Amino acid sequence: MHAAVLVFPGSNCDRDLAVAFEKSGAKVSMVWHKDAALPAGVDIVGVPGGFSYGDYLRCGAIAANSPICGALKTHVERGGYALGICNGFQVLTETHLLPGALRRNAGIKYICDTVELQVATADSAFTSGYTKDAVINVPIAHHDGNYFADDETLARLEGEDRIAFTYAKNPNGSVRDIAGILSENRRVLGMMPHPERALEATHGNTDGVAMFRALMDTMATA
Amino acid sequence: MQDPSITEDLIASHGLSPDEYALILEIIGRTPSFTELGIFSAMWNEHCSYKSSKKWLRTLPTEGPQVICGPGENAGIVDIGDGQCVVFKMESHNHPSYIEPYQGAATGVGGILRDVFTMGARPVAAMNSLSFGETSHPKTRQLVNGVVEGVGGYGNCFGVPTVGGEVRFDPAYNGNCLVNAFAAGIADTDAIFYSAASGIGMPVVYLGAKTGRDGVGGATMASAEFDDTIEEKRPTVQVGDPFTEKRLMEATLELMQTGAVISIQDMGAAGLTCSAVEMGDKGDLGVRLDLEKVPCREENMTAYEMMLSESQERMLMVLRPEKEAVAKAVFDKWDLDFAIVGETIAEDRFLIMHNGECKADLPLKALSGNAPEYDRPYSAPAAPEALADVPQIDAIDGLRGLISSPNYASKEWVYAQYDTMVMADTARTPSIGAGMIRVHGTDKLLAFTSDVTPRYVKANPFEGGKQAVAEAYRNLCAVGATPLATTDNLNFGNPEKPEIMGQFVFAIKGIGEAVAALDMPIVSGNVSLYNETDGSGILPTPTIGAVGIVAHADEAILGEARDGHVALLVGESGTHLGQSALLAEVFNRIDGDAPHVDLDAEKRNGTFIRANHAMIKSCTDISDGGLALAAFEMAEKAGVGVHLNSDDTAVLFGEDQGRYLIACNFDQAEALMLAAGQAGVPIETVGKFTSDSVKFGASEAPLAELSTLFRSAFSDAVNG
Repeated sequence: MHAAVLVFPGSNCDRDLAVAFEKSGAKVSMVWHKDAALPAGVDIVGVPGGFSYGDYLRCGAIAANSPICGALKTHVERGGYALGICNGFQVLTETHLLPGALRRNAGIKYICDTVELQVATADSAFTSGYTKDAVINVPIAHHDGNYFADDETLARLEGEDRIAFTYAKNPNGSVRDIAGILSENRRVLGMMPHPERALEATHGNTDGVAMFRALMDTMATA
Repeated sequence: MQDPSITEDLIASHGLSPDEYALILEIIGRTPSFTELGIFSAMWNEHCSYKSSKKWLRTLPTEGPQVICGPGENAGIVDIGDGQCVVFKMESHNHPSYIEPYQGAATGVGGILRDVFTMGARPVAAMNSLSFGETSHPKTRQLVNGVVEGVGGYGNCFGVPTVGGEVRFDPAYNGNCLVNAFAAGIADTDAIFYSAASGIGMPVVYLGAKTGRDGVGGATMASAEFDDTIEEKRPTVQVGDPFTEKRLMEATLELMQTGAVISIQDMGAAGLTCSAVEMGDKGDLGVRLDLEKVPCREENMTAYEMMLSESQERMLMVLRPEKEAVAKAVFDKWDLDFAIVGETIAEDRFLIMHNGECKADLPLKALSGNAPEYDRPYSAPAAPEALADVPQIDAIDGLRGLISSPNYASKEWVYAQYDTMVMADTARTPSIGAGMIRVHGTDKLLAFTSDVTPRYVKANPFEGGKQAVAEAYRNLCAVGATPLATTDNLNFGNPEKPEIMGQFVFAIKGIGEAVAALDMPIVSGNVSLYNETDGSGILPTPTIGAVGIVAHADEAILGEARDGHVALLVGESGTHLGQSALLAEVFNRIDGDAPHVDLDAEKRNGTFIRANHAMIKSCTDISDGGLALAAFEMAEKAGVGVHLNSDDTAVLFGEDQGRYLIACNFDQAEALMLAAGQAGVPIETVGKFTSDSVKFGASEAPLAELSTLFRSAFSDAVNG
């Protein structure tokens, strides 16, 4: 498996995501935002957390217009996998690879915590390692994680079983408690929580392991 | 623009005394130019020159086999084995944070991170020790909200986990809050970078963000008391941009790998002036700067403004000339400024040119080497007031009194605003005691703690200084870490007052004695004086930041108490209520002496904890709040009740030193008793972790009720 992790100026979870991919058996290439192409043979693109371009303008907005995001769109349009975590989720909505937007947390303040997520669907490469409705613990760390989409979009997401995770106890005001969503072809996942921070005994929490393991298994057999 | 002429008022407004000005005249043999006066003021203020404190700082133990670099560089460096080292320091940003809390705190974090990565270390952990006025004071809520947001805003964006710290409230901080920021980084021992320039005619390169007018005169402002003109001082506070700092860090670390760097220094207090003088002074060289080459973000900046600007996210470097192209390419990649602004010169000279005009021409060594040094008169602290009778109170009422105070309530409201887990190596997030991270790619853990009990230091500066170090030692031992070294951030009032100077001198004596006995030398630090408003000073607050190591992750004590665990007390039973949290919070009294620290007992008990880590599920040090608060915090974190046998006020709330509370199973308790007997360590069973209530003797309350109080008291006090 070959994973590419995008690096924007201000990305700060790029190494964490690369380590997560490596530990699940993938080869990882770090790809600079000024590059216009992905390395050959990339199976999945990781869009990491952080503060790309300092969150100036809107979180993820400037990154969405960087040269590498053109290549990301092409990769996704060809049926490639992509995983956007935290700022990566914001980039994926700003590129319109996923619908909706992330607004400032309802409580105004930044929130770092470990929260309970409910697995809303097990039908995706990312979530097949969990059982539907299982509750897992995953850290969050964001200022703008308050997911919003219009009713029509929400109805579609629900109707097509594309809500991947919901918060058991909504920390940020996200509409319908949404923590992560899938693309139409179910190969792009954007989520605010950080599964790459829940992989080892040192983290005190290994609930993220099943995501990376299932992802690698699915891509290997695809 | 015509430079102003040098008048008595101008000299005084630069914080220079008539004697100091006379010394300037003696050194240069003529009247200084306006820019020269600014340069002297920047180098000779208290903040940069340590002129009141140097004499006493020299007495601190700073050496040990683990120490690679002690005080004097940007940060201290300590060996952690396997060719790696930890680089750390704590620094205050008190005055700016009081004037402009968000930016003051943010740039405090930025400054300390820069000190660490300037030496070639990637920052891996941060802490903050914050002191505010009483919550009923009209400024306090705004300060708490602004400072915490500023710390988070900078550190979260930069991408360093905050793993610990302290937050306290006391009326003595009403007019001066304290913001002490700590950062630690990891470097390869053979790739450390220092500030001493070498080689004549080497290019001096400006790196990072552009220079603006922000922060002009900041260091001088931070070296004076506050009065009612404080609002006018806002323009002296810098504005931070963590996005630029993150890029500057990545670019600097990348640059260092190219072999282009001879020496490097970040621009902190007194910006370009201080960094250039520092590099020249340490390398026994002069420096020439051509200011028209300095990247500016504002038009028509004068030499004076450029030399004194404290714009953030900037560095100065001496470059190997043959590496210019490769060095510039790194900064182009990160879209940061790279400009050759001068060169090293052979003679002892600090020569500042601007568009061909000489704006300053000073002997460089005199700026730092000849800086004034004062042996300020001090008076020995008065003997502490005797402790009046302390009545017995209902034990649970006493606990409620503590945990409903923002001083002893959960600090969750604060830590939830900091990213505590970025870098995915955090092994212990901020709660009670030390925070921990794993050294990336290894099995080693580093532990971090910051401690001081200002009430103790006020009552008894010597014992209070010792106690701050001892508590840091205990917090490290309680997680199984071997203490390595210490950074001190000494916050005091006006040193020109003998009683304040006395607090300073005796606290340093106490700190020195403790770090020597506990083998945790001081490797870096910072002094903040003049923390006074309208003549009223803060509580003496020598914050101790300490770092410890766990050689293998499985030797750390990271567990939690469980139902059925025995509660063991290591150390003597409690008796000392003078200056205790109970007295302050419940009885509103501050009488009595601070608890005295027996350093031999500290060492013996701490060694015992570390040696027996395998038999200890969970451990916490017993500090302010005594056994009762330690037991409650341990139980609350684990979500299990605790029953202690005693309901005696002194036993439960006494703050005797050298003590730990342990949770373990019955078999382990028996083994620990045996081991303690052999090691000569006092140990006794004081209760057990069980059920869902907190019970001290016969006094009892549901854990859930106390937990709600504990978790809401802080936000109730600072919100709304």
